Amino acid sequence: MSNGATRETDRDRSPVTGADVCVVGAGPAGALVADRLAGEHEVVVLDAGPRFDPADRLRRQERAIRPAYDRPDVWDGGGDRDAYSASGEWFYPLNHARVKGIGGSTLHWQGMVMRLHEDDFRSGSTRGVGPDWPISYDDLGPYYAAAEAELGVAGANDNPFGPPRDQPHPMPAFEPSYSDSLFAEACDELGIAMHSVPNARASESYEGRSACVGYGTCQPVCPSGAKYDATVHIERAEEQGVTVIDRAQVQRLEHGSDRVETAVYATPDGEHRQSADVFVLACGGVETARVLLLSASEQYPDGLANTSGRVGSYFFDHLFAGVGGVLDEPTRQNHVGFLTSESHQFYDEADADVGPFKLEFFNYAGPSPVELALTGDDWGDDLLERVRSAYGNHVAVGALVEQLPRPDSYVGLDPEQTDEHGNPVPDVHWTVGDRALATIERANELQREILETLGAEITWTVGPEDTGPAYHHMGTTRMGTDPEHSVVDPACRTHDLENCWIASSSVFPTGGATNPTLTIAALALRTGDAVDAALTGGRF
Amino acid sequence: MELTRRDAVAALAAIAGGGGAAVAVSERVGENGDHREPELPDDERVQRTLVAVAEVVYPSELSGVETFVTAFVGSRLSTEPHASGLRAAVATLDDLAGRWHGDRVAELPPETRERLLGEVGADTAESDPDGTDAERVRYYVVNELLLALYTSPTGGELVGIENPQGHPGGVESYQRGPQ
Repeated sequence: MSNGATRETDRDRSPVTGADVCVVGAGPAGALVADRLAGEHEVVVLDAGPRFDPADRLRRQERAIRPAYDRPDVWDGGGDRDAYSASGEWFYPLNHARVKGIGGSTLHWQGMVMRLHEDDFRSGSTRGVGPDWPISYDDLGPYYAAAEAELGVAGANDNPFGPPRDQPHPMPAFEPSYSDSLFAEACDELGIAMHSVPNARASESYEGRSACVGYGTCQPVCPSGAKYDATVHIERAEEQGVTVIDRAQVQRLEHGSDRVETAVYATPDGEHRQSADVFVLACGGVETARVLLLSASEQYPDGLANTSGRVGSYFFDHLFAGVGGVLDEPTRQNHVGFLTSESHQFYDEADADVGPFKLEFFNYAGPSPVELALTGDDWGDDLLERVRSAYGNHVAVGALVEQLPRPDSYVGLDPEQTDEHGNPVPDVHWTVGDRALATIERANELQREILETLGAEITWTVGPEDTGPAYHHMGTTRMGTDPEHSVVDPACRTHDLENCWIASSSVFPTGGATNPTLTIAALALRTGDAVDAALTGGRF
Repeated sequence: MELTRRDAVAALAAIAGGGGAAVAVSERVGENGDHREPELPDDERVQRTLVAVAEVVYPSELSGVETFVTAFVGSRLSTEPHASGLRAAVATLDDLAGRWHGDRVAELPPETRERLLGEVGADTAESDPDGTDAERVRYYVVNELLLALYTSPTGGELVGIENPQGHPGGVESYQRGPQ
């Protein structure tokens, strides 16, 4: 069966001779690093998943709409390759939270891209909880601007609570929705300021990408390519000579006294060994930690780059909080699959007891008519009447909430379960913590106030008891200055191995309450510069 | 409200050639217990069958159903593996129609077609391209038709949305209030 991805044996997946850099992972971080180094260095990118055919996206969209398919089916996830355990206090649905393949999880992401706030970099100092980052907002500022240009961000400088900006977004923001105008009346009454959402989604043609045409299935698939995904940078890197090998699952890294020397990877045509002067690990907050743990050796018995014992520790995500209801008037939902308004007003009130959070005003509250039509046991006029009754007057306010890093929340290896190559699967041991739950309660209070002021009948709440993750994996190879308490240094190079960098949200010491990909991208560009400087300076 | 060929083109623009399901051509067991391959229907028979089912599962206020369904299904039959699954499901439905009601689906009166769908279990079955007869009929016949309709502009308009999910209807309608 052709599923729109590369077949198993139709490509040469042999290693590249004389590689300067081996990047592990072809998601946004790996793609940006590869693109940054392309043309100047010999770069090879290895990814565990397939190369998807862009012409096949409408089929994947159909899978997203039809109830016969589960979310991981859209991008061929799951199965032995993606086996995992979830032993923590809270279940973690890992395969709903990631895509393996060229483009990585940006293939299914929502595409919201805002900068961390300044205080997110100094949580311990200003909020009294969690570690400070070893770098500041100002250190990352130029890279944030560069990342916005690379991803193609549509936004406006209208967030009075956001961090300072030196330049406008590359594209104008999407206009507010009709339902935003309903929320605005209630928020005005309550003194809550709304502002635009920065989207990695083309509001006009951008560097060869189509402007958004409103398919409405952004998450998990954008058929038009208006939403940024990392295939943009993979394709550009390949045009400049970078070699990208798909279905190349890194089994372990082998090392010398102070350097990584080889990535051993399995492909459909057997196992290969890729040598390089520099390695950049960019396989997300779960698999980056896992490959280091799988690479334990006599010198590093607890895992490569793990002298600190922190590899895999401090796994955290963002939490969702939400309240929804219905009005007695049309609210015009589900025309598009992205958000146009949010509020960061309460973000920087964070302290030791209540964390930062942002409010999100939904444009897709309630059911989509086509998804309603495909379920149920009626048809004809009865079905039409049911869809008409169920669609059209829903409203909802969501929130993204910070979770602090905790020692009892981690990614480890499950020795009881192995993947298709006999390697222990990742065990996502996720523990949330009381501060995040208190923050959800605070967000719920505001959400209820807004909906009640709007005159809505509240029909559902996602609160502390039934919250879930936002699918942002962070924290498992923490950045810090002290090699005893962190895995990478402030330049994202591992303390233990001088030629190994990590480009991933796994280096985040804390996560704030903003979607992480813009920060991942900024750090990746910064890492690319660091690797380039090291190579150009003849260090390796 | 009238469905048009443009609606069919729009629905196809949204959902193209199927979800990439595995081909679901199951063996049939004959009356004397022998196994035989199903006879897969040609394009015209598939189109006629789906038009006949659409007349049951689509709202009565719609016109132009034959034009819409024929154009939509014609295109879906050009893409494998979806087309083979669709043909097999139609073969199954016609086979059951013949055994239970003495004729193919397209030749049955509308009320008998509706009864047949219920007897098959397509009203309550989960849709599954690799499932039981009922689940495959739900996936390839009933939900195929409903997917086409409710991702089209006219189908969206029926329920109050000009740009239904799956239809690339632009980024203006979400900004507009109710008309």
